[in-house]
Amino acid sequence: MTNTLTIGTPKERHSGENRVALTPESANALQKLGYKCLVEAGAGVAAGYTDESFRAAGVDVVATAEELWDSAHLITKVRPPTDAEASLLTAEKTLISFFYPAQNDSQMSKIAEQGATVIAMDMVPRISRAQKMDALSSMANIAGYRAVIEAGNHFGRFFTGQITAAGKVPPAKVLVIGAGVAGLAAIGTATSLGAITYAFDVRPEVAEQITSMGAEFVYLDFEETQQDGASTGGYAAPSSPEFREKQLEKFRQLAPEIDMVISTALIPGRDAPKLWLADMVGAMKPGSVIIDLAAERGGNCDLTVTDEKVVSDNGVTIVGYTDFPSRMAAQSSALYASNVRHMVADLTPDKDGKVAHDMGDDVIRSSTVTYQGEVTFPPPPLKVQAIAAQKKPPEKALTPEEKREAERAAFQTATRQQVGLISLGSLFVILLGVYAPASFMQHFIVFVLACFIGFQVIWNVSHALHTPLMAITNAVSGIIIIGALLQVGSANGLVIVLAAISILIASINIVGGFMVTKRMLAMFQKS
Amino acid sequence: MSLGIVSAAYIVASVLFILALGGLSNQESAKRAVWYGIIGMSVAVFATFTGPGMDHHLLIIVMVSAGSVIGYVVARRVEMTEMPQLVAALHSFVGLAAVFIGLNADFELTTVNTLKSTGVALADADLTGFGKSLFKKTAIEISILKIEVLLGIFIGAITFTGSLVAFGKLAGSLDGKPFKLPGGHAINIGAVVLCCVMGFMYLQGAGVWTIVTVAIVSGLIGWHLIMGIGGADMPVVVSMLNSYSGWAAAAIGFTLENDLLIVTGALVGSSGAILSYIMCKAMNRHFVSVILGGFGGVTQSQMVVEGEQIAIEADGVAAALDDADSIVIIPGYGMAVAQAQQAVSELTKRLRDQGKIVRFAIHPVAGRLPGHMNVLLAEARVPYDIVFEMDEINDDFPNTDVAIVIGSNDIVNPAAQDDPNSPIAGMPVLECWKAKQVFVSKRGQGTGYSGIENPLFFKENTRMFYGDAKASLNKLLGMIKQ
Repeated sequence: MTNTLTIGTPKERHSGENRVALTPESANALQKLGYKCLVEAGAGVAAGYTDESFRAAGVDVVATAEELWDSAHLITKVRPPTDAEASLLTAEKTLISFFYPAQNDSQMSKIAEQGATVIAMDMVPRISRAQKMDALSSMANIAGYRAVIEAGNHFGRFFTGQITAAGKVPPAKVLVIGAGVAGLAAIGTATSLGAITYAFDVRPEVAEQITSMGAEFVYLDFEETQQDGASTGGYAAPSSPEFREKQLEKFRQLAPEIDMVISTALIPGRDAPKLWLADMVGAMKPGSVIIDLAAERGGNCDLTVTDEKVVSDNGVTIVGYTDFPSRMAAQSSALYASNVRHMVADLTPDKDGKVAHDMGDDVIRSSTVTYQGEVTFPPPPLKVQAIAAQKKPPEKALTPEEKREAERAAFQTATRQQVGLISLGSLFVILLGVYAPASFMQHFIVFVLACFIGFQVIWNVSHALHTPLMAITNAVSGIIIIGALLQVGSANGLVIVLAAISILIASINIVGGFMVTKRMLAMFQKS
Repeated sequence: MSLGIVSAAYIVASVLFILALGGLSNQESAKRAVWYGIIGMSVAVFATFTGPGMDHHLLIIVMVSAGSVIGYVVARRVEMTEMPQLVAALHSFVGLAAVFIGLNADFELTTVNTLKSTGVALADADLTGFGKSLFKKTAIEISILKIEVLLGIFIGAITFTGSLVAFGKLAGSLDGKPFKLPGGHAINIGAVVLCCVMGFMYLQGAGVWTIVTVAIVSGLIGWHLIMGIGGADMPVVVSMLNSYSGWAAAAIGFTLENDLLIVTGALVGSSGAILSYIMCKAMNRHFVSVILGGFGGVTQSQMVVEGEQIAIEADGVAAALDDADSIVIIPGYGMAVAQAQQAVSELTKRLRDQGKIVRFAIHPVAGRLPGHMNVLLAEARVPYDIVFEMDEINDDFPNTDVAIVIGSNDIVNPAAQDDPNSPIAGMPVLECWKAKQVFVSKRGQGTGYSGIENPLFFKENTRMFYGDAKASLNKLLGMIKQ
């Protein structure tokens, strides 16, 4: 077909970048959307995807990048384009990649002038609908996992505690700072390896997520209206100096016993906050490891050197790598390619291989940074606020005195009610006794006592058995047959007929009722 | 058998009945309890049969045998889903028997009075046990007896027609919607007043036609009262009628001076009353408002539901179930109607075999009888230890991956919590929308029995699995590995 669009994926030019934005699997899905797929020869090798595997998936492998940029309408990449690549983006072409528009102003305006469209995968908003395209989360997840593996690699001891014939090994203690996606992934990995994991975050509402992952939330004793994550789109915001002081104090106290620190604290659009200061590194045991996932933005640790591994004077290893996802290229390529594929699917609502760029769509609008010759960054605020608002504080627990007071009041009302009912009932019975003959009163005693027994007995019947209860009481109410039996001996013909009918229907009732009850009860079984 | 032995037998029977009801506190002892009931009943009937003052033994044997055969056949044939109707129908028998026995008591009284006025001595009179005890009564005792007869007939007739209407509504042969004659409760009040007047005339000795009128008028009350109650409230109605049948038996017991009848009637009466109370509480409604019929006449504006119902096919549900670890199934009346309990059971079994946690959440008023769902699930051999009550499971929904709603509607309606103008506002509901994903198996887009729009169906995490519950589940079963 002539009007089928082509999606091309070049080899990443950035040195050390192993990821690729297309996998054979995502290519299959893209072809189902009606696109033709191209890939530059050798693009997937570093991530474990050979050219043959692409060919097997129906992807055309082209020899050079030029050829690819020439024939593809849609370019999918991982890293932002190099200047050379950017100049190849002519009008009618669309680029889907990480772009970091806030730091990439000049390139963005240049591309806009050329008339090309850029969709920045890092601008996908954090709303439920867009989760499938949220490449930042995918990558952060991998980074968090890899950080723990990396830490273990340098740690030289077990994560899990063991008691062996050769002696007792204590479990490693891991502190995760910042419980975003990467932090939570790190918590999950560390706990599943058997480490005792602590986690800290300035947003108190994530405490629940932290404990759900199996870590212990490090609480600060701090009386301040803590931040509401919902107001900042789910990200952390800078904290007050007093809060920071408390936080550092807590870390200082923890430092000597912590074996591994995974720090992931970032605030959007700012340098990483310094949270693990030189004196804390000094307080750590030799052989401890710090993995600073915030290294790209200067690092959370004072001693972090971006993209390098350093060892402090007291033997603490500080890892400042920024390419954790690339170090797990097979996994991160698979996830990233899948994110991209979902983005393309949203761009192709009719599955006809044609891009329908709908700027009315929140997700597409937010991630598009250049469109039809214009720079469309920054996007307008979202219509939907998807992140749950901070929970209201639970109702104040009652003090023991208040509780006792409430109990006493409840007891008093109950007593008053009961006494009232008893006196009322007694009055009624006495009135009855004044007029009714003794023979009636004797039966009445029986009646009242039977009512009470009924009340007491039925309260204990389990809910599941209410239907059998009804069936059995129904059968038992067939006792009315006794009345009919007593009357059938009459000399009056009409009485005999009516009594006989009563006996008949009461018998139906009795036998039917019991049978049904038995049938129902027989069915209840334990697993 | 002497009177003493008969009384002893009655004591034994009473104790056995109490044990029978009390034994239903758990599933295992319940199996024993039903035998207590059967033995108690046999003892009581046999003792009465062989006791003093009995006659027409052959007739009794014929009638009891015929009734037993009919009862046996009906109980064997009935489907578990038709249980509510059957119970309602059986209640009507007790009501009718109470009316007949009440009338008989009056006939006997007339006979005895004639004998007395002609001056026949007790020893010479051709009377059986009941007649003899009537003969000995003083004037005041006879007045009390007449009141008892009136009460027995009044309650019995209401039970009779009310149960018939409940039967019709549950069986679907009568429209489930509330129906009222013009004048509504004024008619009922008028009828009660008429009954009182007739009763007063009866006490003054106006003759048998007065109590026949009472029987007919109270029969009309029963019909009109239950016609005015919507199908959704039938569980309460059935247990209320159950209670009435007990009170009718107790009233007859007073008439006949028979303590066994009094005890048993009181047991049944109070148990039905408590059951009704428990159910009303579960729906957060007042007993009186249920009885007077509340649903249907909503005047305040309800919240408008926004959004759309998103449909899903069986493969989507299968995929989600495949990924889920914890699943909660919420069955409702729709499951009973579609006879889908076997498919549900099979689904449960397969999912459990895959190591998933499958549980059932039962709302106290799910279905048309209290405990209706439990019985159906038991019939389909779903183990009862994975079947939970609302209070036991409601807090677990946030940790549940998939909630499947099968044919229930009002009991999973978030409007009960969110919309103060909703007719079911304040009713405790199963908070299934807190699960990560909710599938609703439902016939079509219509509203439930109470005619209330359900915002659950419009929630973001809800998918509608349209179609007959049984057919849909069978389709789903085909996609789930064995």
